[in-house]
Amino acid sequence: MTDAPILIVENLSKSFGALKAVDGLNLTVQTGELHAIIGPNGAGKTTLVHQLSGQISPDSGSIRFQGLDITKMQEAKRPHLGLVRSFQITSIFPQSTVLENVAIAVQMQSGHSFRFIKNARADKSLSDPALSYLQQIGLESLANEPAHTLAHGQQRQLELAMALALKPKLLILDEPMAGMGADESAQMVSFLKSLKGTLSIVLIEHDMDVVFALSDQISVLVYGQVIATGIPDEIRNNPKVRTAYLGEEE
Amino acid sequence: MSNKRNTILLVLLGAILFTMPLLLDAIGQSFLLGSATRILIYAIAAMSLNLILGYGGMVSFGHAAFFGVGAYVTGILSFHMFEDTTIFGLAGTNSAAIAWLASIAISALMALIIGALSLRTTGVYFIMITLAFAQMIYFLFVSLQRYGGDDGFMMFDGRSRIAGLELGDDISFYFVCLAALAIFAMGFKTLVNSRFGQVLKGCHENEPRMRALGCPTYRYKLVAFVIAGAGAGFAGALQANLTEFVSPDYVHWTRSGDLLIMVILGGIGTVLGPFFGAAAFLMLEEFLPIIFKGLGLPLLQEHWRVVFGPMLILIVLFAKKGLYASLMDWGRRKND
Ligand SMILES: Nc1ncnc2c1ncn2[C@@H]1O[C@H](COP(=O)(O)OP(=O)(O)O)[C@@H](O)[C@H]1O
Ligand SMILES: [Mg+2]
Repeated sequence: MTDAPILIVENLSKSFGALKAVDGLNLTVQTGELHAIIGPNGAGKTTLVHQLSGQISPDSGSIRFQGLDITKMQEAKRPHLGLVRSFQITSIFPQSTVLENVAIAVQMQSGHSFRFIKNARADKSLSDPALSYLQQIGLESLANEPAHTLAHGQQRQLELAMALALKPKLLILDEPMAGMGADESAQMVSFLKSLKGTLSIVLIEHDMDVVFALSDQISVLVYGQVIATGIPDEIRNNPKVRTAYLGEEE
Repeated sequence: MSNKRNTILLVLLGAILFTMPLLLDAIGQSFLLGSATRILIYAIAAMSLNLILGYGGMVSFGHAAFFGVGAYVTGILSFHMFEDTTIFGLAGTNSAAIAWLASIAISALMALIIGALSLRTTGVYFIMITLAFAQMIYFLFVSLQRYGGDDGFMMFDGRSRIAGLELGDDISFYFVCLAALAIFAMGFKTLVNSRFGQVLKGCHENEPRMRALGCPTYRYKLVAFVIAGAGAGFAGALQANLTEFVSPDYVHWTRSGDLLIMVILGGIGTVLGPFFGAAAFLMLEEFLPIIFKGLGLPLLQEHWRVVFGPMLILIVLFAKKGLYASLMDWGRRKND
C-alpha cells in the first residue's frame, strides 16, 4: 500500500435537474485496498459508480485512474485499463448460456473482435478461461444453462465472474449482495475475502457487519458528499457518521 | 437431434433447389423459373437484413434502399455501356465482375453513411430515421430523369457478362443465383459464429453491458450495418439482372416492409429462416391471385392483399418463432 493511489476522485459533481446526486465528492482509493462506500439510499453511490465507469459523464470534477485523467474517457476504453464495474441491478445476457456470458467477457479482454472467420463458440482460448472463472465462483455446473434460468443469487455471482474475466486492477462492486439469501451472502463475503490483496476493490454495501469485516478503508457518502473516510474503527467511532448514518441503523 | 433434422432439411432443400429447373420442366411450368430465381435473390436480401435485425437487434425499416442502390448501380453501368456514354467520366460496363462489385461497394458506402447517422439513435427513432433515408433515396431515383424517373429503365444491353457463362440463359442465371445464395448463407453462418457475431448478439441482448465489458458497440453495429447493406446491394444487382429492368419501386417503403416480413415470417435470428420467409412470402404473393382466379372469386383475385395480410398474421401467430423453427419442431413434443 505504499504505491500511488489507484483512484483519485476530486470535486466530482453530477446533478439531475435540481437534484445534486453527487456534490463535490472527493475520494482516494489506495492500490491493493478494499475500500467500502456506505451511505443511505439515494446518497449518490450508484451515480458515483456510473461516473467512474463512464456510463454517465460528470458535470464537473476529475477522475484519475493510475495517474491518468479518465474524466472524459469513453466508457468502453476504461475496462481495458483495468477499471471494471458490476451493476447494482443485475446486468447479464439473459438468453445466452452462463458460459457464453463469461466467454464474451474473456473475448473483450483478448483484443478487438473484428474477427469474422474463426468459430468463437468452439474457441478453447475463450471457453477454457471462462470455465475457470465459473469454477472460481462455483457456477461451473450451470455452464450450459441459459443465464435467465439462474436464481437471483446465482445471477449476481455470474455478474461477478464476468467482471473478473476482464482482469480488473480496480473492481467496483455496486451492492453485489443485494437481494441474496444469507447463505449466498456469506459465500460472497468469503469469496471477496479471497480476492483481497490480489486487486483493488471499491465495495458498495449496506450490511455493516460485512463492511466492517472486509474493509481496509471506509468512506461514508451522504447527500452526494464523502463526510468521513477512515479505517473501520475510526468510522465506527466517528460522531458525525453516527448521527448522519449509523444512527439510523439502530 | 435438432442437428440431424437440420442436416436432413438442408440436403432436401439443396436437392430441390438444385433440380428446380428440371422439376419445373417436368411439370411443364418452366416459366416459373424466374419466380424461383427471384426467391433466391430476395432470400439473400432478407438474410442480409437478418444480420442486423435478428442478430444485432437493429430494426431497419429502410433496407430496400441498399437493394435499390445495388440494382441502380448495375443498371446504370449497363445503361451507359449500351449508350456508349460515360458516367462521372467513367465508361459503362456489362462485366459482372465490375458491375456487381460496384453495386456491393456503393451500397456498402451508402450503408456506411446512413448507418453512421442512424446508429446514433435507437428504438423507434432508429426505425423512423432508416425509413426516412430510404425515402430520400427513393425520391432521388424518382428524380433521375435520365434513367426514366419514376418509370425506371430497361437494361437494353441484357444481363451482365461472366466469362464462360451465358447469363442470358435463364437456367444458367438461376444457378448463378443459387451459387450466390449458397455462398452467402455459408459466409453468413461463419460470420454469426465468429467473434464478431458474438459481439453482435451481445449488443442485441444487452448493449449497456457490452459497453461496460469494454466493447465500443457503435463501431461493431456500424460494420454489421455495412455488411448487411452490401449484401442487399448484391441482391439488388442480381434482381436488376433477373428482370433487366430497374425502377424506384425497388426502394418503395413497402419493399422494406416486405423484407422485414420475410425475416420475421421465416424466423428471426436463424441462418436459414429468411430463405423460408422469402419463399413463402413471394409464393403467396404470386399464387394467391391465381388461386382465387381458379376458384372463380374475381373479387378476391383483385383484392388478394385483403387475404394476404391476415394470412401473414396467422402464420406468424401460429409459427411464433418462424417457419424455420416450425419445420425443425414439426411433429415433436413440446419439451423434447
Ligand atoms: N438518471 C437519473 N435521473 C434522475 N435522478 C436520478 C437518476 N439517477 C439517480 N437519480 C437520483 O439521484 C439520487 C442518487 O441516486 P443513486 O446514485 O442511485 O443513490 P444510491 O446508489 O446511493 O442509492 C437519488 O435521489 C436518485 O433518485
Ligand atoms: Mg445504488
